[in-house]
Amino acid sequence: MTDATIRVNGQDEPLSAATLAALIAERGITPEGRGIAVAHNGALVRRADWTQTRLAAGDQIEIVLAKQGG
Amino acid sequence: MTDTLKIAGREFRSRLFLGSAGYPNQQVMLDAVAASGTEMVTVSIRRMNLAGESESIAELLTGRAQLLPNTAGCQTAKDAVLTAELAREALATDWIKLEVIGDRELLYPDVEQLVQATATLAAKGFIVLPYCNDDPVTCRKLADAGAAAVMPLGAPIGSGLGVCNPHLIELICTRSTVPVVLDAGIGTASEAALAMELGCAAVLLNTAVSKARHPVQMAAAMRDAVSAGRLARLAGRIPRRTHAEPSSPQFGLVGT
Repeated sequence: MTDATIRVNGQDEPLSAATLAALIAERGITPEGRGIAVAHNGALVRRADWTQTRLAAGDQIEIVLAKQGG
Repeated sequence: MTDTLKIAGREFRSRLFLGSAGYPNQQVMLDAVAASGTEMVTVSIRRMNLAGESESIAELLTGRAQLLPNTAGCQTAKDAVLTAELAREALATDWIKLEVIGDRELLYPDVEQLVQATATLAAKGFIVLPYCNDDPVTCRKLADAGAAAVMPLGAPIGSGLGVCNPHLIELICTRSTVPVVLDAGIGTASEAALAMELGCAAVLLNTAVSKARHPVQMAAAMRDAVSAGRLARLAGRIPRRTHAEPSSPQFGLVGT
């Protein structure tokens, strides 16, 4: 199954990381950084649960950051 | 007696909430925040740029003001609730400026979705500050749904048209059981003062400062205007008259 993909922030990519924590680490994102949060298939996943959240083909991930806003 | 604003048990000395978007650069934003005297700054929650991000705004503002994340751009209660939950996780705050937009051009709130999202988030323990129409019925429904404050618009977001419906804003302030924060539409300092004179508990603005020719100066002007408007409200304006009422004594005029 080399064609398994996940969607990260609206972009399809090959599924390579086994867990959410691995995906975050792959991206070089500091997990404890203030202003970061992650949703998995439309639901918030708390930081503490990133390591237990397994990824599967077709999953949708949103990695968000606090940015300028009004 | 110190005149503080209380929302959900938190006390604010400043009655000006400031947005963090659209400044010429981050240093001007930080200087404007300082000049405004604000204790609460709004931020948005957006997809992270996975190719690399510049310095996080949350880190920049830490220690300078409480952060008030928004759900700007959300068009359904469902998206707004998820965005609020992401914001709570990202910034470790229960406070949320709730926006559910029903019209992309006017950025007018979708009242049905807004009330629904307010109830959902309040039940989840959020301190919900909904951006809403200048409509007393909507404001009452939002307060009943658990909003900690209501934030009616003065005019469309970013329009700088000021307080288009001062009578309704005043009416909302008179009737509301929760603090009323005038959110959106302010173009210059006198309009922020007017909102406060009408009885608003605070003013939230962004573009009027960030897009002013001199944002830091305008931030200081807004600080003074909000404070002057509040003082005038507490002092109580004189009634309006249709004819003149002389201020100097009527007796002892020279030549009588």
